[in-house]
Amino acid sequence: MTRIPQPQPGQKKLGLVIDLDTCVGCHACAVNCKEWNTSGHPGPLTDFDPYQRKPQGVWLNRVHTYEAGTGQDSRTVHFPRSCLHCEEPPCVSVCPTGASYKRAEDGIVLVNEEICIGCQLCAWACPYGARELDEDQGVMKKCTLCIDRIYNENLPESARVPACVATCPASARHFGDLGDPDSAVSRLVADRGGFDLMPEMGTKPVNKYLPPRRRQPASTAAETEAPVPASGVLRWIDRVLSR
Amino acid sequence: MKPALSVVFFTTVSGAGWGMLFWLGVLDAASFLPDGRWFGPVAVGVAMALASAGLLASTRHLGRPERAWRALSQWRSSWLSREGVAALAAYLPAIGFAAAWLQVGPFAPLTRALGLLGAVVGCATVVCTAMIYRCLTPVRQWHNGFVLPTYLLLAAYSGAACLSASAAFWQPGPTRLAASLAAFAGIAGAACKRAYWRFIDRGHAASTIESATGLGTLGAVRMLEAPHTEENYLMREMGFRIARKHAGKLRRVTFLLGFAAPVMLLAIGAALGGIVGQVILPLAALCVLAGLYVERWLFFAQATHTVTLYYGRPD
Amino acid sequence: CYMCACRCGVRVHLKDGRIRYIEGNPDHPVNHGVLCAKGSAGIMNQYSPARLTKPLLRAGPRGAGMFREIEWEEALGIAAGWLGEVRARDPKRLAFFTGRDQSQSFTGWWAKQFGTPNFAAHGGFCSVNMAAAGLYTLGGSFWEFGEPDWERTKYLLMFGVAEDHDSNPIKMGLAKLKQRGAKFVSVNPVKTGYSAIADEWIGIRPGTDGLFVMALIHALLEADRLDLDFLARYTNASWLVIQEPGAPDHGLFVRDAEGRPLAWDRARDAPMDASTAGMQPRIVGEARLADGRRALPVFHLLAERFMDGRHAPEAVAERCGVPAATIRRIARELAETAFDQAITLDQPWTDTHGRRHATMLGRPVAMHAMRGVSAHSNGFHTCRAIHLLQMLLGAVDTPGSWRYKSPYPRPIPPGPPPCGKGAKQLAMLSGMALGNPRGPEDLLVEKDGTPIRIDKAFSWDAPLAAHGMMHTLIANAHAGDPYEIEVLFLYMANMAWNSAMNPGEAARMLTDRDAATGEYRIPRVIYSDAFASEMVAHADLVLPDTTYFERWDAISLLDRPIGSAEGPADAIRQPVLIPDRDVRPFQDVLIELGARLRLPGFVNEDGGATYRDYADYIVNHQRRPGIGPLAGFRGPAGEEAGVGAPNPRQLDAYIANGCFWSYHLPPEQHYYKHANAAYLDQAKRMGFTDSTAQIVLQLYSEPLQKFRLAAEGHGPVQPPEQMRARIRRYFDPLPIWYPPMEQEAIEQAAYPLHAITQRPPAMYHSWHSQNAWLRQIHSRNHLFMNRRTGMALGLADGDWVWVISRSGRVKARLKLMEGVNPDTVWTWNAIGKRAGAWSLAPDAPEARQGFLLNHVISEFLPGRDGARQANADPVTGQAAWYDLRVRVERAAGAEQTEPRPPALRGPAGLRGRLRVLRYDARTPSEVR
Ligand SMILES: Nc1nc2c(c(=O)[nH]1)N[C@H]1C(S)=C(S)[C@@H](COP(=O)(O)OP(=O)(O)OC[C@H]3O[C@@H](n4cnc5c(=O)[nH]c(N)nc54)[C@H](O)[C@@H]3O)O[C@H]1N2
Ligand SMILES: Nc1nc2c(c(=O)[nH]1)N[C@H]1C(S)=C(S)[C@@H](COP(=O)(O)OP(=O)(O)OC[C@H]3O[C@@H](n4cnc5c(=O)[nH]c(N)nc54)[C@H](O)[C@@H]3O)O[C@H]1N2
Ligand code: SF4
Ligand code: SF4
Ligand code: SF4
Ligand code: SF4
Ligand code: SF4
Ligand SMILES: [Mo]
Repeated sequence: MTRIPQPQPGQKKLGLVIDLDTCVGCHACAVNCKEWNTSGHPGPLTDFDPYQRKPQGVWLNRVHTYEAGTGQDSRTVHFPRSCLHCEEPPCVSVCPTGASYKRAEDGIVLVNEEICIGCQLCAWACPYGARELDEDQGVMKKCTLCIDRIYNENLPESARVPACVATCPASARHFGDLGDPDSAVSRLVADRGGFDLMPEMGTKPVNKYLPPRRRQPASTAAETEAPVPASGVLRWIDRVLSR
Repeated sequence: MKPALSVVFFTTVSGAGWGMLFWLGVLDAASFLPDGRWFGPVAVGVAMALASAGLLASTRHLGRPERAWRALSQWRSSWLSREGVAALAAYLPAIGFAAAWLQVGPFAPLTRALGLLGAVVGCATVVCTAMIYRCLTPVRQWHNGFVLPTYLLLAAYSGAACLSASAAFWQPGPTRLAASLAAFAGIAGAACKRAYWRFIDRGHAASTIESATGLGTLGAVRMLEAPHTEENYLMREMGFRIARKHAGKLRRVTFLLGFAAPVMLLAIGAALGGIVGQVILPLAALCVLAGLYVERWLFFAQATHTVTLYYGRPD
Repeated sequence: CYMCACRCGVRVHLKDGRIRYIEGNPDHPVNHGVLCAKGSAGIMNQYSPARLTKPLLRAGPRGAGMFREIEWEEALGIAAGWLGEVRARDPKRLAFFTGRDQSQSFTGWWAKQFGTPNFAAHGGFCSVNMAAAGLYTLGGSFWEFGEPDWERTKYLLMFGVAEDHDSNPIKMGLAKLKQRGAKFVSVNPVKTGYSAIADEWIGIRPGTDGLFVMALIHALLEADRLDLDFLARYTNASWLVIQEPGAPDHGLFVRDAEGRPLAWDRARDAPMDASTAGMQPRIVGEARLADGRRALPVFHLLAERFMDGRHAPEAVAERCGVPAATIRRIARELAETAFDQAITLDQPWTDTHGRRHATMLGRPVAMHAMRGVSAHSNGFHTCRAIHLLQMLLGAVDTPGSWRYKSPYPRPIPPGPPPCGKGAKQLAMLSGMALGNPRGPEDLLVEKDGTPIRIDKAFSWDAPLAAHGMMHTLIANAHAGDPYEIEVLFLYMANMAWNSAMNPGEAARMLTDRDAATGEYRIPRVIYSDAFASEMVAHADLVLPDTTYFERWDAISLLDRPIGSAEGPADAIRQPVLIPDRDVRPFQDVLIELGARLRLPGFVNEDGGATYRDYADYIVNHQRRPGIGPLAGFRGPAGEEAGVGAPNPRQLDAYIANGCFWSYHLPPEQHYYKHANAAYLDQAKRMGFTDSTAQIVLQLYSEPLQKFRLAAEGHGPVQPPEQMRARIRRYFDPLPIWYPPMEQEAIEQAAYPLHAITQRPPAMYHSWHSQNAWLRQIHSRNHLFMNRRTGMALGLADGDWVWVISRSGRVKARLKLMEGVNPDTVWTWNAIGKRAGAWSLAPDAPEARQGFLLNHVISEFLPGRDGARQANADPVTGQAAWYDLRVRVERAAGAEQTEPRPPALRGPAGLRGRLRVLRYDARTPSEVR
């Protein structure tokens, strides 16, 4: 049954840490995700009316752009959104077939497309919109944390990271074990004040977001500069320089 | 949320079926049913026909209907699964009840026992249906205390209405009782629904675009650009909205068509009985079903999902 | 990767002959394994229904998109016929322009061998301002020829960049700055993309960067926060400039008999060769020369100009929309970083005077600028001003500053001059058509000043038009000004749409017929494209190209090099798929045509073709003895770098090396390349330059003064009367600022807003609307406006508005935002499409809701005294896209963009459009 594995102390929790301070909103992660996965574990990621009036398709990662605040100091923030591999995933407990499950060994939340009936209840249950029904295949699709990369023996060690992480030109995406407090990602989260999305939903997301850094307030106090000596340009006349 | 017709139809019609099964069991136990030889089987038939019609419709909402049976596997954790199991389980006591009615008589201990069992399972099925929605935290219009009682009362209401419509062709006494039960359930249901509407109109979501993005500390958050310029599955499924004005209209329709009119018809029909009753009470039942269909459509259409926050749509 | 001009390295993984995954090559010097959105969507280009499938011959009126499919033999025959005639009669009547060409050193050479001066690629409407200003000032430029020292910079000042050609390197670099906590300031009217993550955003008013930078210079001069040692050593700060107003040599450098510039030596109190090691040059103060003439050091003139009150922050704050205090603070921060946080590397090196230095001093302030500066008619001078700022801070090619990408720097002024004088029948040109004039005598003009080139590049209209002026091509060809052309031969340039200023006009002129003869004004149009673009519909003969997975390419040092400050690099593309269509690589086609036309260099004595195909050319062509398209693995055994005999196994060597070659300069050569003896020797050995002399950075640009002198009536080659004032004004040897020319020419109150575009990171110009994945990200574009401005105009989010300029109006959907300069509106570039193009359904959002800002841009300035002046920078001819001024009004009527030119009918042979696309390399689906 889809009982959610009881988190053991020191339980492995693989996930992503996304740095909103360096994300330039280039969509590389979203498209590269689509590219890898359309021929990968959850593939195909079907597209509908690709050349027609209403192009749309299944994406496991979508990049939004927000503005926060107003006027000169407003901030533009690019915001990639994908499955957060929650510790308390409502998408799993509502699933009537067991197609949705959370792996005990690494905490990855997956869909077994072989038994999914496409009832969409999990998509309703996910507060984050991280699940998308493939209306052509009739089954639910979601971020797999690229299990077919991170455990792929055919790939060189260095390439065993999610496609979106490998491709991010701005190094705004980090992958690792958030269950291990000493892992690089955990330390990033600690140092940079990483946060959960909609903590009030009680889903305990594993993925964390790093906030845009505060900008040093630009001093607007007009400084009175040293007045130019009367000599003007000739102030440099006696400056000894050597070629 | 998108009011998928299959689902709206399912919850309304099946609800009536389970409600009717419930009353059959309870009233049989209290020997308040017509004792006609064929009443039992026919009434159970009607109830199960309603339930089955709904169940069949609901599979049309599935991406892979041919796998529907798999939905029974997770009854330990999933309300949807439990609903399926309960629904199928209900057929046994129901059929048993009808058989016992014919074999050992309407009010024989065995018949009563099976009736009560059917009542319990029917009721349980409605509880499961309600709980499916009650448990969806991202949808505040569903994740609240009104959903369960409303579902139960409205199932009881529509069920009793259907029962009175059927009884009308046998004996006036039980018919009157069923009709008045329906009327009371209807009034209670209407009150409950009204309170629910108040609640969702007054309240607002615990989540905001600020908590959804975690950017609140920087100031008010607005979406500048969506990930894709055209609409996608998420927004079609979760982003469905109707205008307040339009909703108001439909609420009035629900009230008049679903409650006011039927309750009056029930009263009249029960009072006059006879041929008139046999015309008016079925009419009342149809009214109830139609009205509750609109009510159920609204239940979806007015529900907002937290994912829309990411698309800059306030609750 | 060929999804843009960044040219990242990719590995293509195939599954049963279909692309499984395109992976960034982790070893590649450009992208180190990362891919952007476009690169990641390469699969959808390969299976796009918009790919052309067969040569096409027009079978209906031009512009209607009606074609007949023909065989290659016929196509090549027709092309060779048309071109042959032209070459026999008058080669210059062929205009060969090649757009976003990545084989420009080859196509340019083809034009030279053909004998037409009318060759150019897209640079003229792209960023020639950056290239020219850089090459005439530093001997290298922002535009792909340099990069910030991402590893060491502590302060990056970035002007007007949304994406740039270095798409991925810039993103990777910014990430490095963030990790190190370096400060990143973005000067940009819009706060998106890179600007969104900047530590400080300066929402400047478009076209005023020059004022801003000069105010920074003013503040630094005032505070005497300058690297005078750097100026004395590495720039022409001390060179003496003749001060004899009216004299033919006024404003030129004082030179000795050998023509060497002189400076005043404090020790000997006399002028002497400015390059003398150890001399003590004076950088201010008047000098009286032996012959009694007056002269002033360059720095004196510079300081005088910029210390003037009109350059004070307070004087420009209003016009820039940047508070004076902010300008002064930035100046202070620049100085603090450059001087108080200077870096010293324990890295000995030897300068061009043979002096050994124990360490390398670094000024960790870097700058980068691109089209936000260059796409204005004052961009050349603004870019020069930025370079001055770098030099005053001593921040050129030092640790932590902006650095040259080898093979740059190159000598200043850059050579060689453009060629094209006396083009004659059946003869090739003596040199490449494009070049860098050193003075009026290098211009391509007839005695009477008439331009020799169809685009009027290198004429008095645009003397330093080093990249040509593709944006004036169609208008001039149509007007027969300065002469008619017979064949217009275009390659990968969507000139009928997004690279046309005013596409409506472009389409009209391409389809306009001579009233008398009924002939098209532009008689013949040959075009090579890979996709069904708007331009395809306006051609007579279409030569379908392959995709980048299906051909050989060379990313050559002779062209726009990749590579870094740490060493030169070049690369190849190798075919990984066999075309499933009847298409041919354009370069192969050019070689075939070259042979058919018997162009010198394309045929041997025996008349046989010199090159089998482009791959053969890449390996065996030699531009100069030992120098070919690829610098790596040369010599019979592939052991030589830069110069060496052709290596028959060169391509194999590249493939074995991941399809690229990169040379790692020893650390001693990493900085001060302009004066680094070891580097310059190396560069000479590798054939990058002919001289090992120090490259002295030019604060004061003598070539500009030479043009000004001509305008003042000196010298053999002088501008026509009506051009004198213009040349005198804009050819100032020191940077100047003037309002963008369009603004000077119009009633500003009527057009209160600036209108600009930005590159969307996930789209490459027009060519990705056929990409099923990328188009989902941008199927339509909005007009973005500052919220307060919008509210003042009574406009709300989602309103449809007219964007009205002096030359037309276009209808767009409005989106209000916070992070944009209040006087500026902007949109994503090239999203709007013509209905029917790119094999999109005619009702696609690109054609209905998306809009093209180009509809309201004009290729000409408002006609002053009859003269037809290009809407371009008067120095370089750079198209001034961002000078545009508009007003915005609410629009009534249908919620659709306008103008909406009639739908094109897709060319013959295109594959049908899928409705459901299930791409999965593992299962053959209906993707064909
Ligand atoms: N308003 C506005 N206009 C602008 C600009 C702006 O910022 N604002 N930017 C200007 C600048 S800088 C530039 S460089 C131009 C670019 O504009 P263009 O260079 O004209 O247009 P592109 O969209 O880059 O594509 C040119 C053509 O190349 C074709 N193509 C793609 N791949 C291949 C191939 O492999 N082989 C062949 N033969 N053809 C291929 C495409 O199908 C397309 O038709 O736009 C200019 N126009
Ligand atoms: N993804 C993607 N990458 C591309 C391209 C593409 O089409 N798509 N095109 C390639 C080509 S051909 C080129 S030329 C390069 C161009 O690369 P960029 O120079 O990045 O080109 P633009 O998008 O024109 O960026 C101009 C920037 O300057 C800002 N700006 C406009 N006016 C001013 C001004 O007066 N002052 C300042 N400070 N800023 C101003 C605009 O807001 C914009 O952010 O990009 C190349 N890379
Ligand atoms: S690839 Fe990196 S920078 Fe680009 S959108 Fe994704 S997270 Fe942001
Ligand atoms: S993000 Fe949504 S889909 Fe992913 S685990 Fe959490 S609830 Fe489930
Ligand atoms: S859609 Fe599939 S995965 Fe989701 S709840 Fe239904 S059966 Fe489970
Ligand atoms: S981890 Fe893999 S599946 Fe998930 S968003 Fe990244 S690329 Fe997509
Ligand atoms: S920047 Fe993107 S599109 Fe351009 S070459 Fe690199 S990966 Fe390809
Ligand atoms: Mo460009």
